[in-house]
Amino acid sequence: MNAPFRTAAGGRHDRGRPVSFSFDGKTYQGFAGDTLASALLANGVCLMGRSFKYHRPRGVIAAGSDEPNALVSVQRDAARYAPNLRATQVELYEGLSSESQNRWPSLAFDVGSVNNLASPFIPAGFYYKTFMWPRKAWDRFYEPNIRAAAGLGRSPTEADPDRYLNRYAHCEVLVVGGGPAGLAAALAAAQGGGRVILADEQTELGGSLLSATDATIDGKPSDDWLAETLASLAALPNVTLLKRATAFGYFAHNMIGVTERLTDHLAAPNAATPRERLWNIRAKQVVLAAGSIERPLVFPDNDRPGILLADAARTYLNRYGVKPGKRVVVATGHDGAYRAALDLHRAGVEIAAIADLRPNPTGPLVEAARAAGLPIRPACAITGTSGGLRVITARLSPIKGAGQVGPAQIVPCDAVLMSGGFTPSVHLFSQSRGKLRWDQDLLTYLPDQSAEQERSAGACRGRFGLAEALADGFAAGAAASGAEVSRTFAVEALEGDPRGVIGALPHDRGVNAKAFVDWQNDVTTKDLKLAVREGFQSIEHIKRYTTTGMATDQGKTSNLNALGVVADVLHKPIPEVGLTTFRMPYTPVTFGALAGLARGDLFDPVRATPIHDWAAEQGAVFEDVSLWKRARYFPRGSEDMEAAVRRECVSVRAGCGIFDASTLGKIEVVGPDAAEFMNRMYVNAWTKLGVGKCRYGVLCREDGFVTDDGVVGRIAKDRFHVTTTTGGAPRVLGMMEDYLQTEWPDLNVWLTSTTEQWAVIALQGPNARRILEGLVEGIDLSPEALPHMSLAEGRIRGVPTRLFRVSFSGELGFEINVAADHGRAVWEAVWAAGQPHGLTPYGTETMHVLRAEKGFIIVGQETDGTATPDDVGLTWAVGKAKPDFVGKRSLARPAMSEPDRKQLVGLYTDDGAVVLEEGAQIVATAGQTPPMRLIGHVTSSYYSAVLGRSIALAMVSGGRARLGESLYSPSPVGDIPVKVVPTVFYDPEGARVNG
Amino acid sequence: MLLITCPYCGPRPELEFSHGGEAHIARPEKPSELSIEDWTQYLYLRANPKGLHAERWRHLHGCARFFNALRDTTTDQFVATYKAGEPRPTGGAA
Repeated sequence: MNAPFRTAAGGRHDRGRPVSFSFDGKTYQGFAGDTLASALLANGVCLMGRSFKYHRPRGVIAAGSDEPNALVSVQRDAARYAPNLRATQVELYEGLSSESQNRWPSLAFDVGSVNNLASPFIPAGFYYKTFMWPRKAWDRFYEPNIRAAAGLGRSPTEADPDRYLNRYAHCEVLVVGGGPAGLAAALAAAQGGGRVILADEQTELGGSLLSATDATIDGKPSDDWLAETLASLAALPNVTLLKRATAFGYFAHNMIGVTERLTDHLAAPNAATPRERLWNIRAKQVVLAAGSIERPLVFPDNDRPGILLADAARTYLNRYGVKPGKRVVVATGHDGAYRAALDLHRAGVEIAAIADLRPNPTGPLVEAARAAGLPIRPACAITGTSGGLRVITARLSPIKGAGQVGPAQIVPCDAVLMSGGFTPSVHLFSQSRGKLRWDQDLLTYLPDQSAEQERSAGACRGRFGLAEALADGFAAGAAASGAEVSRTFAVEALEGDPRGVIGALPHDRGVNAKAFVDWQNDVTTKDLKLAVREGFQSIEHIKRYTTTGMATDQGKTSNLNALGVVADVLHKPIPEVGLTTFRMPYTPVTFGALAGLARGDLFDPVRATPIHDWAAEQGAVFEDVSLWKRARYFPRGSEDMEAAVRRECVSVRAGCGIFDASTLGKIEVVGPDAAEFMNRMYVNAWTKLGVGKCRYGVLCREDGFVTDDGVVGRIAKDRFHVTTTTGGAPRVLGMMEDYLQTEWPDLNVWLTSTTEQWAVIALQGPNARRILEGLVEGIDLSPEALPHMSLAEGRIRGVPTRLFRVSFSGELGFEINVAADHGRAVWEAVWAAGQPHGLTPYGTETMHVLRAEKGFIIVGQETDGTATPDDVGLTWAVGKAKPDFVGKRSLARPAMSEPDRKQLVGLYTDDGAVVLEEGAQIVATAGQTPPMRLIGHVTSSYYSAVLGRSIALAMVSGGRARLGESLYSPSPVGDIPVKVVPTVFYDPEGARVNG
Repeated sequence: MLLITCPYCGPRPELEFSHGGEAHIARPEKPSELSIEDWTQYLYLRANPKGLHAERWRHLHGCARFFNALRDTTTDQFVATYKAGEPRPTGGAA
């Protein structure tokens, strides 16, 4: 097998299970347990991507979720295409197919890299400065082209076929991070007896222990200790261990969002297994053991493939058996790089030089390197590199005092390791709104004051050493669980100095040298300095201007160095420069995981009436009304909606129509004070409404504007059957409950939503009584016994009913309320009985036309939250003698009776064939050009088959005083002349309702 | 997602609740006798404090009862929840 950079032995990957995979169409070999990054490095593939802005060739620099460069796409099949994955987190499986991004036509030869040559012309803020003029070019030219050039990866083109689940979990202690501190915290917390969940983003638990070589814990090699610890934790019934599970967001009151990836690492996932599971974990206490992120060094040409973080190189070597190169230059300002150099040296890699920024490096790691004969150069800065698609030399310069360097030496190499030290990962702590403090000794921000029931432990609060991380983690776990336990860990390991460097390295390469601070967004020291020169002082502004730290990696490797550079230019201490806000997600989260099962048919609940299936069988076309599916019309043959609605309208007025009104909101208002409650809520007077009578009720908000309406029937002295609009039922019930519970708790009234308990069958038309006659028992249908706006209880086909004599069409009408379970049976009985009488089913569209012909409003169509009862012609409904009702005081405001308020009127177009557009504006004179004074708008507009012409309702300023006036509705085809007419177009004397 | 302690049901996730605006604003007994200024004050003017805020919540998808809560608007931490009609607990800024 040709894997030139693979070691002969060692690593945690399974050398017995070779795996073949492809990258950009070429097939390679790796092993089970490799990541895509480690397998590519093993094969000598250093170039893994192109940078975002300049299209510079980039290699991997990290080994975990902090990787900014190696973003790849993985394609499983046509629909399963995942862009922007970090190659460092993509686990290898047999047949894995991956490709690089942001390059064309190929990764090695990328046309977009002309941007790099043009880079002097595209500095920070380039877009803001350049694409300002001409204004019109923005929409047609600039934006489309910028969008085409921007973005990383491409979206999959097919719907995601995978399943995602979502679950809630509760625990006493949640530990985030499975490194030494997290494991120790879990060990302690478990002894508290409560539920413990430990979540870690990696494939294996262990964190830094996974790449440790020489440490021992309690006398055992760290590998053995880790295996034993994991086994003992797994055996505990109260401990849940989650691998491949990223805690991505810290939400209020200790709610932590964790995405667990279940199948991405499998060659052939079981179709029944969800791809990801979103855990919403509510924890009593949280222990953050998130570890730390190695800081790159900021020096010219620091983005060449082959340059990587020192500890990442150590991880590749120790965990995956991969050497980063054969001859390596180490550049550092921190002891950690010596640990990497020693491990590489032992593995047979030549260490060409260790360029240490510090004048006097000391300590056990440095001494060990010296003893091993590694060439250490103190007070030495790396000031450049060379190479095409891989680094071939490093430029090392001695440091001569502040910011000055001496003559450079060119050192041939095939890899450069860099380390500026480790930055505690305070992302989740900061998301929890905890307060950070600057530590001048460690040159980093550390968690200070907690805002939640939370504590940090280990490297994420600056306790970097293995011994102190274990002790700190155990103490945190004990404190979080309340367990009275203590334990010491006997650790033998070489520990270095935790202090490192931040900011830019000195160099002699001139102002145009590119020293990258943010690899993913291509931000250099030059950009940051330019931002400061142009007047930006706050890091929040500099961040937005330069986009530093704003890439998908959230500035994991770049934030602190950016702060260092800016503080340096501003000559301010870092705490005065500030710190940008950490936001969720810690790493990108798939939309699938967030959506869970709530997509497709399950995106929203669907409400269907008991008659729904009947209507569907009849070929009804449905529309969504809030969550309800409502039959809109019932086409016959090849009828379109217009033809069907005209036929349905005529049938209702000539014979009889049947309509499913089950979606109407229904509230049962019951109790000794029910009438008083109704008096206070609705604008109408209810006291004198007799039992068995109905009334059209209007409900205002406290500001006096109409919010709902509906027919209310008095079933008994202490019982009202209240109907509301279809969409308004929950709002009305909520409003009623609010007043009842909080303003008038003294009223003895009970409110019950009965919307879904009743099926409502509306029978409208001159033949309605004839159809019903043979069906009802115990109800006298005669006009004398059951006049318009009355109700009776009895039976219909043996089923108990509340039969309302009401009409929303202007025709003789009944609304049959029966228990929902009997809805369809009763409907079919009525349907059968109606056949000899020409009974026609109709839908919401016909219902709308019929009511508009009668000038009946629909709340939310004629009203828009600023219409009073008087505005829509309902003054007659207002109980003027009542001392109070909701909205009464507001209706008495002078503005509510201004004569120029918009009022409901009817409109006839001069040409009866022209149907106005709903929402169209009304103006007083023709031929105006914008801006013109708009005096009203069309609220409802239909063609009325019965009238043989169009009709419209409109809200027009001072409308009722304009009866007979000619107005105009501007439209794309010119001003449409209209005449103001009364709102009742059909049967204005109202005779038909009496049958 | 907030964890809210309903005084009737105990701690429940925010999903079960609806927010009801500022608490302790009683509807005037006789609105018709109020001046326009007083009515405006009642109808429209609300406190927007940075810090402790007494506000109404309804355990809509639970017991459906309204109750009041003292919440710190800067931290989202609840200092207390209490039944409607009970006085605002002492402590904290007004």
